[in-house]
Amino acid sequence: MSTNSNNEQSGHNEGYNFAYLDEQTKRMIRRSLLKALSIPGYQVPFGSREMPLPYGWGTGGIQVTASVIGPKDRLKVIDQGADDTTNAVSIRRFFQMVADVATTEKVLEASIIQTRHRIPETPLNEGQIIVYQVPTPDPLSKIDPRESETRKMHAYAEYGVMQLTLYEDIARFGHIAKTYDYPVLVNGRHLMSPSPIPKFDNPKMQDNPAIQLYGAGREKRIYAIPPYTTVKSLDFDDHPFSMQSWSGCCSLCGSTTSYLDEVITDDSGGRIFVCSDTDYCNDRQAQLLCDEHSEVQT
Amino acid sequence: MIPAPKRALPPPLLSVNGVSRSYGKQLGCQDISFSVRPGEVLGIVGESGSGKSTLLACISGRLQPDTGSLVYDMKDRGPVDILALSEPERRRLARSEWGIVHQNPRDGLRMDFTAGGNVGERPMAIGARHYGNIRSEAQNWLEKVEIDLSRTDDKPKTFSGGMQQRLQIARNLVTRPRLVFMDEPTGGLDVSVQARLLDLLRGLVRELGIAAIIVTHDLAVVRLLADRLMVMQRGRVIEEGLTDQVLDDPHHPYTQLLVSSVLQA
Repeated sequence: MSTNSNNEQSGHNEGYNFAYLDEQTKRMIRRSLLKALSIPGYQVPFGSREMPLPYGWGTGGIQVTASVIGPKDRLKVIDQGADDTTNAVSIRRFFQMVADVATTEKVLEASIIQTRHRIPETPLNEGQIIVYQVPTPDPLSKIDPRESETRKMHAYAEYGVMQLTLYEDIARFGHIAKTYDYPVLVNGRHLMSPSPIPKFDNPKMQDNPAIQLYGAGREKRIYAIPPYTTVKSLDFDDHPFSMQSWSGCCSLCGSTTSYLDEVITDDSGGRIFVCSDTDYCNDRQAQLLCDEHSEVQT
Repeated sequence: MIPAPKRALPPPLLSVNGVSRSYGKQLGCQDISFSVRPGEVLGIVGESGSGKSTLLACISGRLQPDTGSLVYDMKDRGPVDILALSEPERRRLARSEWGIVHQNPRDGLRMDFTAGGNVGERPMAIGARHYGNIRSEAQNWLEKVEIDLSRTDDKPKTFSGGMQQRLQIARNLVTRPRLVFMDEPTGGLDVSVQARLLDLLRGLVRELGIAAIIVTHDLAVVRLLADRLMVMQRGRVIEEGLTDQVLDDPHHPYTQLLVSSVLQA
């Protein structure tokens, strides 16, 4: 990363420092990241900067990505699992412009993946970094709006109240109805909001070989999960954690194990279910085509 | 007549020595010492502004006294100086061995969570993780404080004042604390509701052998509940003794005034 300090001799916009943020800001964010990695799940305050897009569009994630990205990195950006949605496209273009880095849609080719709402279906590897955009970093803020109090609750590991929100769900609906942003306990110590990923993705955080970084721009917090860390979703002994499941399969690739989105196809109630992870789905479709071809040939 | 064998008194559960607290020049409470033994109910009465609530906040660990010491006999560690405990230890003590019943139920309840959840919070805070057990324990306590089980999943904001206060009591007693602090537990309730609440409290305190410190300005409350009584005026204790003794034969002129100003029905 030391080579970042001056603009590389390349075709990107000369008006900006490499990756938009100035070097001192990146340094400050990297310090916060190091602290966050040493205390898994702990929310580290940082001096979040004004970014050229509104809060809630991924300013936290962009600042984290800007601080860890180097000229040799290859970036993938996903929004709701897809590479071609507005937010993903504009953030990818942003980094192409200010950092001139290579981008990709393939999980295995990417060294940094910035994500909103999903963890890719393809398992991540060592050496990869996944950056989450976080709207509300503190899961306790809904229970006690006083930050002076929630900080103490985190400091003293007083997490019984979080269980209360799950209790309320079971009392009302008969099961834990929380489907996204499902609270987890990291490394057996810190309660953490996994950002609004579906709880379907929660088990992927457990013992993940990649570095997981979380940035909340408006709330000015950074937290992280180092590789191979225990991440446990909260539950009750008699109501264990469970993921969403679907009766059908993806209409495009036939996957029965991925997270499916419901897509309305016409005005008369027609609908299909398709993988939310477009890269995964495309790969599988290509694979299916290949298999068909080879069958025809033999 | 055979003299009853002398029983050794159990060691005090909480001893308060020379506690003072002032707010700048404004006096809160001054040089207060007393002790509470297991299972004993102590009443603290006095007019508004006499320092009762300051004293209660000091001894329940919510307010740091300027001087004095508080020694509490912890279940597993024996007598400890509460003021020397670290904050997490003090908070753990407060949610496992103590209970605090606030005057205003809204201060002590989570108004956005159901009644069952309110009662279940303390067991969960000390590690209960079995939904079925937590719920049956909560319902067990709702029954004890005479709240209809059909209201288990209703929020306390739909409850009457008396029900809210009873719910607050259930929420505190569910983990079987050894010491309960009550600040005007019957304040703001009408007389018939007060009487039922007092009846209930008396039964529970006796049944569970809980020690309690009750702060109130209502002499009827202490008459019914308290074994011993302290009378406060301008931040000091001016008279103390057995409840009946103090109320029937008050010595200090202020206590005499207090007792005589109660209307006899």
